[in-house]
Amino acid sequence: MGNEKIKTSRRKFLKSAGTLAGVTIAFQWLKSSQVLLFATEPKDENLPWYGIVIDIEKCIGCGSCARSCKEENDVPEEPFFFRNWVEQYTVKNDGSVDIVSPNGGIDGFVQRVPDEDIFKSFFVPKMCNHCAKSPCIQVCPVGATYDSPEGVVLIDEKYCIGCRYCVQACPYGCRFIHPVKKVANKCTLCYHRLKKNLAPACMEVCPTGARMYGNLRDKNSDLVKFLKEHTTQVLRPNLNTGAKLYYNALSSEVR
Amino acid sequence: MKFYIPPQLTRLALAFAIFISLFLVLRHFLVPDTFGQYGHYRGASLIDNALPEIHYAGQEACFECHQDIQDLKAQDVHSSIHCETCHGPGQKHVTSGEAADILKPTGREFCGRCHTMNAARQKNAVFQVDLNKHNIGKNCIECHNPHQPWEMKK
Repeated sequence: MGNEKIKTSRRKFLKSAGTLAGVTIAFQWLKSSQVLLFATEPKDENLPWYGIVIDIEKCIGCGSCARSCKEENDVPEEPFFFRNWVEQYTVKNDGSVDIVSPNGGIDGFVQRVPDEDIFKSFFVPKMCNHCAKSPCIQVCPVGATYDSPEGVVLIDEKYCIGCRYCVQACPYGCRFIHPVKKVANKCTLCYHRLKKNLAPACMEVCPTGARMYGNLRDKNSDLVKFLKEHTTQVLRPNLNTGAKLYYNALSSEVR
Repeated sequence: MKFYIPPQLTRLALAFAIFISLFLVLRHFLVPDTFGQYGHYRGASLIDNALPEIHYAGQEACFECHQDIQDLKAQDVHSSIHCETCHGPGQKHVTSGEAADILKPTGREFCGRCHTMNAARQKNAVFQVDLNKHNIGKNCIECHNPHQPWEMKK
């Protein structure tokens, strides 16, 4: 009686152990096929892994970046859609914060708070943060937006169904529905220019060198050197988006 | 020990098998070829995204013809500013060579985008003038050469 009990429980144990091993091996195989399961890694280490730096101290708010972006990427001038834009923050002496971005900064800025009321004022150029763990990719129901092997968040315009989930998911407000194509649209870090070894349009035209892009994998690149020598911060670090747009001299008022 | 499988279960299993195989067949035809090549997206989309034509040529392309401006610019404070910052997208002009295909901005407002007084501009980052006081009614380029702003025109 006792012997038989041991025998059956041993058989049961072997059976369940075998099943477990089988299932584990099966899942391992599934993972390598990468289509059925959500694949995030691995990335090709021979390709660059792009990051961006914006130096707020250098930005003079001329709006060249916003203007060039619309020209380069054929973003309609009207209505009010931008792949990148500039905001002017003005902290007043009474502690309130005034934020303006007239036409995305394209036509330049006119100071609207008189000098004597200003505690401090600065420009904040904004664009896609090309997050490594971006919320917009996670919410796409069809796999039409993705992180390219170079770390650039792109959109597959042929595959996008225009459901607007990603527009709502982006905590930085960097996406919009293209008024003509009716699909999601956003900064591509001028992927078509990067592939031709040209700088993104906004970096090409920035007169003060406030914008930089570069390879985060290359420890000798200007970008990595800048990050090493300056105290930089990303927007909304609490959201753990893995943003790769680093701001130098970012003030805590910036949202 | 022989398992007894009730007939309704076999029928159910058969139905499942049919549905799953139907799903696999449909999936085979509906999922694009390159889907999953690099990740959970259509691999060919990377090529699509690299396709658009460029509009900004980059200043190396400008200097191939305009060597004189390069030399002029190098001597003054606008040396680090690329041509297309002021002149706008230049690829069309590079291919056609027509003067009509490039911007030649004039006017106080245009220069003012960078040079008008603003509290948000660092004092040493850019030279700032009060457009409401500085030589009202005159165009900036009447006195300043934009390629060499401190060589005043007589």
